[in-house]
Amino acid sequence: MTINQSAEQPAERGPVADFIHRLRDHDVWYSFWHTPMAIFAAFIALVMVLSAIFAPFLAPQNPFDLAVIDLLDSNLPPSWMEEGDPRFLLGTDDQGRDILSTVLYGSRISLLVGFAAVVLSLIAGVGLGLISGYVGGRTDAIIMRIADIQLSFPSILIALLIDGIVRTIMSKESHESLALYVIIFAIAISGWVQYARTVRSSVMTEKVKEYVQAGQVIGLGSFTIMIRHILPNVLGPVFVIGTIHLALAIIIEATLSFLGVGLPPTTPSLGTLIRVGNEYLFSGEWWITIFPGLTLVVLALAVNLFGDWLRDAMNPKLQ
Amino acid sequence: MSLLEIKDLTVEFPSRRGIFVAVEQVDLTINPGEILGVVGESGAGKSTVGNAVISLLQSPGRVANGTIHLKGERIDDLDEELMKAVRGKRIGMIFQDPLTSLNPLETVGAQLIETIQLHLKFNDKDARARAIDLLTQVGIPDPDTRIDHYPHQFSGGMRQRVVIALALCSDPEVVIADEPTTALDVSVQAQILELLKKLCEERNVGMMLVTHDMGVIAETTDRVAVMYRGKLVELGSTEQVLKNPQHDYTKSLISAVPRPDKRIHRFPLVTYIEDAHDSKDDLDIASHWLGKTRDYEKVEGPLLSVDNLHMRFITKHAFFKRNEQYLDAVKDVSFDIQQGEVFGLVGESGSGKSTVARMITGIYHPTGGAVNFAGANLTQISNQKELNHYRRQMQMVFQDPFSSLNGRMRVEDIVAEPIHFHKQTSSNSEARAIVHDLLEIVGLGAQAARKFPHEFSGGQRQRISIARALATRPRFLVCDEPTSALDVSIQAQILNLLKDLQEELGLTMLFISHDLPVIRQMCDRVGVMRHGQLLEVAQTETLFETPQHDYSKHLLELMPKFEGPALAS
Repeated sequence: MTINQSAEQPAERGPVADFIHRLRDHDVWYSFWHTPMAIFAAFIALVMVLSAIFAPFLAPQNPFDLAVIDLLDSNLPPSWMEEGDPRFLLGTDDQGRDILSTVLYGSRISLLVGFAAVVLSLIAGVGLGLISGYVGGRTDAIIMRIADIQLSFPSILIALLIDGIVRTIMSKESHESLALYVIIFAIAISGWVQYARTVRSSVMTEKVKEYVQAGQVIGLGSFTIMIRHILPNVLGPVFVIGTIHLALAIIIEATLSFLGVGLPPTTPSLGTLIRVGNEYLFSGEWWITIFPGLTLVVLALAVNLFGDWLRDAMNPKLQ
Repeated sequence: MSLLEIKDLTVEFPSRRGIFVAVEQVDLTINPGEILGVVGESGAGKSTVGNAVISLLQSPGRVANGTIHLKGERIDDLDEELMKAVRGKRIGMIFQDPLTSLNPLETVGAQLIETIQLHLKFNDKDARARAIDLLTQVGIPDPDTRIDHYPHQFSGGMRQRVVIALALCSDPEVVIADEPTTALDVSVQAQILELLKKLCEERNVGMMLVTHDMGVIAETTDRVAVMYRGKLVELGSTEQVLKNPQHDYTKSLISAVPRPDKRIHRFPLVTYIEDAHDSKDDLDIASHWLGKTRDYEKVEGPLLSVDNLHMRFITKHAFFKRNEQYLDAVKDVSFDIQQGEVFGLVGESGSGKSTVARMITGIYHPTGGAVNFAGANLTQISNQKELNHYRRQMQMVFQDPFSSLNGRMRVEDIVAEPIHFHKQTSSNSEARAIVHDLLEIVGLGAQAARKFPHEFSGGQRQRISIARALATRPRFLVCDEPTSALDVSIQAQILNLLKDLQEELGLTMLFISHDLPVIRQMCDRVGVMRHGQLLEVAQTETLFETPQHDYSKHLLELMPKFEGPALAS
């Protein structure tokens, strides 16, 4: 490579244009547009996220507004069936709520819980992993033993435990209003270990590299080295875990809600809808539970497939 | 008829950015009993030729054109099943890293016997006898016992001997050795090369020896093929190519090899592969920001003196102190470095020379002893601010240009970081101007500032690393094997740059290397280290002419005697 070749390159770009240029030049970007499965999964996930965000505009009715719900419309099958009503595309539940609307609003809550839990455990896990890997010694031993202990419980059990503790501390009413936060917190706590362990091991390989030593020779403090130098170099795998964890968080939330310890029927998530519908499954009203269930499967599958692709694309050994 | 005949070989690697031609129309032949050296720098395609012969091209590489004949039989179009019978049986292979080419979970005997039985259909007893015989031939002492040992119980050199035995299992007609001694220390390298030469002669085997090391070529090969960017630029007898090179590239390559026999001022003719330009002539460094305002305390006597420096690493942690296990990496090392002097530390891997450098620059805290710099004992200072005052005055250039720069930062941010941290200037625009000048001085040019490290070659990255080290206006520079990861022609350029900077800025330097010829070219005085101890300190010329310690004599004896052609200049 001669300097003359590279001299042609540096056209001055604005920060935004520069970012877009680097993104489009990146191998992961290239891999994405050459993996039909990734495009498909991302498309499905994007459609579901957008329709959840814009549920108030997309849904035929607001299932939480008691004024528009009519008990006379209860338990109607999907519109293409014999007794179906064209107003309710996917039928109605026992209270006369439109299933399509409840599913849209439900996935809104499921996604909210999922994203919030992932962000929380990501921050906690990355922070603890960074400290653990960089400081080492006793600090590392303590953080990692806590992680080990937690790993010996299934994450659903941890979430159940936290939810249970909060329930005994708080009264029933205040719990109902706080249920959303409690469940986000519970799922976040159950998930930080993955991030912490991954970040810790990446930090341990990064911290012996010479650019870190160069920082030490300059005289930079540990905090600056951790945040400015090491952190940006260990984030790659974190985003992969985050994506796969999102699907897992949504499923844990659904499981908790299905078990009746998650979100109350007044603010139903997909899991709550499946639980409520489950009671009607054997009396023939299958649509009440099948549609939220299908939504959950497709959402988790799309996010998981996207995460799998991301994991492979960011692993140079597989290319 | 020649043993192996490569005709018109072209190897391509298709990628998203187009087809990369790694090897272009190469013609080579190997005769029985002959060692053909294939030499070139990284990216020259020399390993790819070897891999193409045994059909082990890395994906997505493919042979686009050409033929390969083994004893008149075409082998490049064989399918994988038939190729398996050729590979290993008729063509043996020796790879660079003896650590990864042996299975750590099986004894070396099991691996040898398996290979022997696969190719020769011997019964267990005969195969074992042959394995022991092979181990004897490659010079492993006590083969009857050693055959049942695991790879990790052998040293690096012994392991490489086992790999050679493995390659010889089936009496191959051709052996392809890809950088067989690059991962080994000099003393071991000499023995392995001797062994390869002897085996080729005795067994009448043809060998292709792929290497980047001119010293290895000079000592071992009969004929040599010089490759440059996928093309074969010169082919001839070793004697003729080294003494009287024809192609400009070969001339440039040979002149870039550091001479062990005498000190020259600068490396001449290193311009064939120029990955940077010379620093601008109109930039007068001494009166520049870098040279000016060198507001240091005057020092009487040595700038740096190291007293009884000791470093003990805990290799096994334990709850009770007495159960801990230690490794004493550096034992009671003392030396002085005068102002403006280049002091060299030489030694084989594990001798503790890098540890000494890291204790001086404050990356490691010594277990014992003192580092005195500019009149202050750095090991005693606990006040961070006071310590930073001295830190600013000493900087370090690291060995591995691929890990010494943070890949997520732009070059200008990397170089500007020490400027901002040590508050060398308060204005951002001035800092940027300084960064641009620094990049200009190391020969990269200001346009490098906006790029990321991965856009540069190894030599260019090392230049960035030097620019960063200069950014605090140090008066003492530690260079820890600054060129050992680089090709020779790039090495020559970087050494030239370091010499120029040292002279113009009056820098004091600690220069660490395992490479004696490099040390001879760079240093005023040298210390020889082994097993954490400093054995001998002497003027460079004195050490090379009349070494005192037995180990220094030993090292000098093993140094590859590559003298190149008589210099025109």
